[in-house]
Amino acid sequence: MNFVAPDFMPVLPELFVLILACVVLIVDVFLEQRQRHITYGLAQLTLLGAALLTLLTYAQAPVTTMFGHYIKDAMGDLLKLFICLTTAVGFLYSRDYLRRCGLFKGEFFVLGLFGVLGMMVMVSANSLLSVYLGLELLSLSLYALVAIDRDSPVSSEAAMKYFVLGSLASGMLLYGISMIYGATGSVDLQVVADATARQGANNLVLVFGLVFLVVGLAFKLGAVPFHMWLPDVYQGAPTAVTLYIGSAPKLAAFALVMRVLVEGLGALQSDWQQMLIILSVLSIVLGNLVAVVQTNIKRMLAYSTISHVGFLLLGIVAGTPEGYAAAMFYAIVYVLMAVGAFGLILILGHNGFEVENIEDFKGLNDRNAWLAFLMMIIMMSMTGVPFMAGFYAKWVVLQAVVNVGLVWLAILGVVFSVIGAFYYLRVVKCIYFDKLEQATPVDLSLDTEIAISANGLLLVVLGLYPTALMAWCAMALPS
Amino acid sequence: MLSELPLLSLVIWFPVLGGVAVLFVGDENPGRAKALALTVAILSLLISIPLYTSFDPTTAAMQFQEFIPWIPTFNVNYHLGVDGFSMPLILLTTFMTVLVVIAGWEVVKYRIAQYMAAFLIMQGFMIGVFAAMDAILFYVFFEAMLIPMFLIIGIWGGPRRVYATIKFFLYTFLGSVFMLIALIYMYNQAGGFEILDFHKLPLSLTEQVLIFFAFVVGFAVKVPMWPVHTWLPDAHVEAPTGGSVILAAITLKIGGYGFLRFALPITPDAASMLDWLIITMSLIAVIYIGLVALVQQDMKKLIAYSSIAHMGFVTLGFFIVFSIYRHTGSLSGAVMGVEGGMVQMVSHGFISGALFLCVGVLYDRVHSRQIKDYGGVANTMPIFAAFMVLFGMANAGLPGTSGFIGEFLVILSSFKASFWIAFLAAISLILGAAYTLWLIKRVIFGDIGNSHVAELQDVSRREILMLSLLAAAVLLLGVWPDPLTSVMHVSVDNLLQHVTVSKL
Repeated sequence: MNFVAPDFMPVLPELFVLILACVVLIVDVFLEQRQRHITYGLAQLTLLGAALLTLLTYAQAPVTTMFGHYIKDAMGDLLKLFICLTTAVGFLYSRDYLRRCGLFKGEFFVLGLFGVLGMMVMVSANSLLSVYLGLELLSLSLYALVAIDRDSPVSSEAAMKYFVLGSLASGMLLYGISMIYGATGSVDLQVVADATARQGANNLVLVFGLVFLVVGLAFKLGAVPFHMWLPDVYQGAPTAVTLYIGSAPKLAAFALVMRVLVEGLGALQSDWQQMLIILSVLSIVLGNLVAVVQTNIKRMLAYSTISHVGFLLLGIVAGTPEGYAAAMFYAIVYVLMAVGAFGLILILGHNGFEVENIEDFKGLNDRNAWLAFLMMIIMMSMTGVPFMAGFYAKWVVLQAVVNVGLVWLAILGVVFSVIGAFYYLRVVKCIYFDKLEQATPVDLSLDTEIAISANGLLLVVLGLYPTALMAWCAMALPS
Repeated sequence: MLSELPLLSLVIWFPVLGGVAVLFVGDENPGRAKALALTVAILSLLISIPLYTSFDPTTAAMQFQEFIPWIPTFNVNYHLGVDGFSMPLILLTTFMTVLVVIAGWEVVKYRIAQYMAAFLIMQGFMIGVFAAMDAILFYVFFEAMLIPMFLIIGIWGGPRRVYATIKFFLYTFLGSVFMLIALIYMYNQAGGFEILDFHKLPLSLTEQVLIFFAFVVGFAVKVPMWPVHTWLPDAHVEAPTGGSVILAAITLKIGGYGFLRFALPITPDAASMLDWLIITMSLIAVIYIGLVALVQQDMKKLIAYSSIAHMGFVTLGFFIVFSIYRHTGSLSGAVMGVEGGMVQMVSHGFISGALFLCVGVLYDRVHSRQIKDYGGVANTMPIFAAFMVLFGMANAGLPGTSGFIGEFLVILSSFKASFWIAFLAAISLILGAAYTLWLIKRVIFGDIGNSHVAELQDVSRREILMLSLLAAAVLLLGVWPDPLTSVMHVSVDNLLQHVTVSKL
């Protein structure tokens, strides 16, 4: 058998990120602390370059390479584009925070870039092996990132917890993969799909493997009852890292579910649908209820993430192309909101003061009316109030769910989003209704201001005109 | 030329954009912000007038229609149009907003630009609710409206404003989400979100009952009907004067309008089957809430409860039609019920708005809403006392004022359905007179209660302007309701023709 070099063209963006991440790593070693902005600039260049490359090579028809382990298709490219862009924006929001906290180090950016690479591999995985590789690359970067402030006991504890539980989940996933390999004789998702279609749900080993897979995926998504790590990690990690964990990885996790469950194990839909219903109902209920009593904003947003994941899963539960498109739209909009929310938390801090509690938003309207307005938009969008993108995200998911006759799920979803409204409103309450004794103005650099304004306004624009993104999502998905 | 302008879009978006412009002028220039806000409000009123003058009262079809595809994936359209039900309510909205801007002129000190902008944006959204012909568009405006009102109560409200405004938001939000599910369900059958298509959609009785309940939950909270009314007294008491005026005058009407536009025509069989439920709830609102109003110590709370009682007449008038049709087999009595309800809505908009403005006038001077802190106001504020007595009389339903027409029509039509319903509804006239006149007696007449009252200054020219505009409206509608009833007549007929035909 001859060795044939695989076609490297479809993985151009990934190669670009890989090479530049290594370059950043090396260059950073030779830089002094005051020159660290070069690292930052290179990291941004990497992300924007990767986004540009993805856009330029946007897939018209799916192409597989790397001996079938890798697929470049429209869904992957769309998600990669958003992964790169949101991470770039996240780095921008984080810059001043990292400087303040003494964390403005090359490691942050290098680990972040390797994490992005992991996400891109996950998004384009066409076999269970590359799924696992991508996931581990991302996870290892995240474990290290959470612990990047190594003198902080809270961060170390969060990192430890994340690492132990994350490894457990990876183990579950790997165990599930091995069973599926045993039942179908391949890790290639297309082969797995064909084999499961032939064998159907009667093969006990296959279903058993599916259970482990779903557990592993649920852990990475943070769906109840596998959510234990999420609030502690969100709260314990430095806020810049929380932003990173809370944004782009959700897109990758969505892609993971799509690749493994829908493309690979689509024949077992009736099995995983039931499991996802349980996961999503529990996530929506628990996430919303527990978020109500939180006082720490990061912890509150962690529980809110859990409830959003539940909503996102509802779209996949529907099991129709419409539902998948809805879930994808939801994921993208959610990431935009999460980046904005955590970004504002970062921006509002200044020397010797970081936003930790919901109370810290008090009097923001008097400090900076524009930022107050943006935060209100993000909160209202998370609530799902119209003229904000969050409403359309919820609406299309509900529409997909009602379409397949699961009206009770839709009713449950909306009732709990009303409960969810309470804690988002509490943030708005602090911003607008509570007065501050002395209002210190917020100082922010011009590029940050432009980015956060665009971020917030994009939610309104998507709310007024959701058609384009919705159609893009629908087109990107294989029907 | 007028017919070519997208008049409805203008009426919706001009105030919204005007509000944004006011925000940009900012709180640094309160004078300019106020002047701009007033200009925008007056221009909006002027823009809305052609809706009345060019309105064709001989057709029930939608007029001034605009149609642009909005979200083609789900066949959602930016479809606007008005008929005899929505057009008067749009005019009411533009009219009341001018008054609210005037009312806040000197009184609001904190962040005046944001205050004015919130009301202007709110105005645009409320008109959007009335003009939307697409269910999702309706829903979008219906929900979006919550944000400005949430901020208005929360920022400029009284001491318990946070509790009141969160309660307000959550109540209305909870009510409306069920409606969203119902709309999505109907979309699956109709293939679009056009409200008029929903009217024609055949639905089984079970479906109708469930959809009907979804609508009732949504709109009953807005109206508000007993037993989901408890947010209203809190919201009214804590809201700034302008917020109370808009809440009472316009947002409550959106609930009533929703019944006419959605619940009745989309689910006529369910409405006919369950009309006893709504009628009972209305009668409880009319009588029980009337009694509750009687014992209130707080002026704003008293007027808030009186609003609930008066809105009970509206829902009674709308849902009595089935009973009349079953009894008499003709629609003539039923027409009176719906028209009575509509007149009551518009008239209540004027009267409750006026009463809240009156309370605001007193509050600005004495900083108390407690009835016991007043007494003998007529001695120091004779002009104001005249206005307040007039509005009090109108609230009690005195003939010659607009309050009389609506209640009279509803009671008259109730007689055709059942003597006892009419009897119970008529009790409210006594109750209404009792709590309103007692309020007037304790606040306006008698000896001067305390030193605060003794130092009161009578109303300024600004206050006279806004109160006399309302007084003119109340009296005009009271003696000559024809301009209002004539535009809605055909629409009412059309609605009744529609709802009395079973969809089964």
